[in-house]
Amino acid sequence: MRRQLPLTLCFIAGVFMAVQYFIPHWRVQDTYDRFLIWLQIIFAFAFLLGTVSLVKVHFHKIRNRAADRGYSWVVLAGLASMIGLGFFAPGHNDPGSPFDMMFQNVQVPIEATMFSLLAFYIASAAFRAFRARTLEATLLLIAACIVMLGRVPVGDLISERIPEATRWILTVPNLAAKRGIMIGVGLGMMATALKIVLGIERAWMGGGD
Amino acid sequence: MSHHIIWTTIGAILTLSIYSFLYKDNPFYKFAEHLVVGISAGYYLVIYTFNFIVPNVARPVFALELSGEAIPLAGLEWWMALIPGLLGLLLYARFFPKFAWVGRWPLGIYVGGYAGLGLSPVMQARILSQMQANSLPLTSVTNVLLVVGLLGTLIYFFFSMRHKGVLGVFARIGIVFLMVGFGASFGYTVMSRISLLIGRVDFLLSDWLHLVG
Amino acid sequence: MSWYDKLLQVDRRWIFLAIGVAVVVPFFAPLGLPVVVTDPVQGLYDAVESIPPNDKPLLLSIDYAPATLPELEPMAFAILRHAFRNDVNVIVMTLHPAGYGLAERAIRGIAEEMDQVEGEDYVFMGFSPGVSAPILGLGVAIRNVFPEDAYGTPLDEIPMMEGVRNYDDIPLAITLAGWSAAEAWIYYAREPYGQRVGAGVTAVMATDYYPYLNAGQLQGLLGGMRGAAEYEVLIEREGKGVLGMDSQSVIHLLIIILIVLGNVAYFAQRRAKRRAALEDA
Repeated sequence: MRRQLPLTLCFIAGVFMAVQYFIPHWRVQDTYDRFLIWLQIIFAFAFLLGTVSLVKVHFHKIRNRAADRGYSWVVLAGLASMIGLGFFAPGHNDPGSPFDMMFQNVQVPIEATMFSLLAFYIASAAFRAFRARTLEATLLLIAACIVMLGRVPVGDLISERIPEATRWILTVPNLAAKRGIMIGVGLGMMATALKIVLGIERAWMGGGD
Repeated sequence: MSHHIIWTTIGAILTLSIYSFLYKDNPFYKFAEHLVVGISAGYYLVIYTFNFIVPNVARPVFALELSGEAIPLAGLEWWMALIPGLLGLLLYARFFPKFAWVGRWPLGIYVGGYAGLGLSPVMQARILSQMQANSLPLTSVTNVLLVVGLLGTLIYFFFSMRHKGVLGVFARIGIVFLMVGFGASFGYTVMSRISLLIGRVDFLLSDWLHLVG
Repeated sequence: MSWYDKLLQVDRRWIFLAIGVAVVVPFFAPLGLPVVVTDPVQGLYDAVESIPPNDKPLLLSIDYAPATLPELEPMAFAILRHAFRNDVNVIVMTLHPAGYGLAERAIRGIAEEMDQVEGEDYVFMGFSPGVSAPILGLGVAIRNVFPEDAYGTPLDEIPMMEGVRNYDDIPLAITLAGWSAAEAWIYYAREPYGQRVGAGVTAVMATDYYPYLNAGQLQGLLGGMRGAAEYEVLIEREGKGVLGMDSQSVIHLLIIILIVLGNVAYFAQRRAKRRAALEDA
């Protein structure tokens, strides 16, 4: 029950989903249609596990009087306010509702800005760390500089050979290299999927008996 | 002051709070960072609930309604909503150590189902279609480079034999192609990060301060 | 301390400041450099252009999150403007929960700008979780995945959804994503169902999609803000994509200068150290 049943369920679900592509019989396809929705429902509940874990972690920080517990209050206040606005405020998650305004004017600016910080760090790294120490590194840097110039209008202005060189880099060496990586990773993905379905890979079950 | 100006100003202040990290870590940045964690978790919870769980599980099971039509209690559609809902709830058994093992049942279905679902499409999209597209006549320099480049890249990642002789030559060719490919990726990565910054600056200058556009 | 040592030890906050100035100045002093269209973008434009007006709808999956908004939202705006200009109906959906609010703001904003009517010219389906499951489900029946639109109206009561059952009735599906959703559309819509798929992705991901483009698995590809800018040029309606190209040009030049300076200083320092070591020996 604790290990064999989940492994058996994993095997049955995996084999069924793998072979249904090749069996057009209406009973199989009907079962497949319903099972797709089941997978989505289980996925939805699984995704929300993260929210429960988040509350647990920050609640423990507050209860144990951790040094930065003030910020845990901020997390929980943010979570509570969105739940309150989304479930109980007028308009729920309709456009223009308080819930939507919090998303558009709090979550969107903060998330977008967080990732834009990388622009500064990549510039700093370009100066401090990108060194043409070896032939390979030099190749990488030259290709990067050509592509960086070729993908902005100023590259077209400097010379029409730059965008032409960029196009060639993208459609020949880049294409060949990425295709090789894609095939290799694809083989790995298939191997991992088979190992999971056949019960060889059991990390998803976690520890314990 | 209109609501729009107030909300935009809140967005701008939070944006500048994040950027303050560039000078050094500070309470304004930490506040914004923690706020977005809570707000985004709450947002996702509400969206999942109203957009999916309510119409596909809660309404059929409790209100006996699916897609605007009535369904009978204990009928097929009712069970088809109840069972996956219960399986989903079983996942939360992990928070009770004595019963955590029960959460493996729906996890097994979910992990196995998605693994099986991806087998054929991944094989077709990532392997067969790509090999077909790269099976080119060696009648032009481009085609020769594509075929040789792909072989070199695949051989470079083949570590079951030493990279000596012909294999070593192809592996070396593979490295050259990989470095140029990674260079292209790096150039695009720089472009991507800069674009994100441009977007935020545009928000501050035009949407908030109305200094441009 | 020699010049190369000073240069290599400069506080990185000066570099941050230089980047900040470089991005802001072009907003006030635009260069107005023309944007040249490339084949991958032309391919997607032609695919949308080939959809007959007032016939079957375009499916637009707005799968991005706020983190990638500046790159992908201009694409969404441009594609919606293109479709509406050509009287092509649009089904909008999302596979990312944060995409719900962003998809809503894109479709409502452009629909209002171009006087499009909900239910007749566009429909917003909302969010469906699981990535592969909804994409596969749409190939069987759209109503299996979205029995109603995002606002609770059953699809059978929406005029533009009459006769639209699954991928057979959708000439083109476009995904705009900053994560693996773009690949998922190829795996689960293109390969099993032969659905024509186009993609708009962040520049970080764009180079990885060239194999799909080359193999014909994608009709076209927009990569980052530059891709959005090219699409805006094609539809002759400049937006945030073109607007950002000037700053992009200046900062790219600055970063190349930083790379060159950093390497010049590094090699000068290395040569000096070797010379000193030889003299000591």
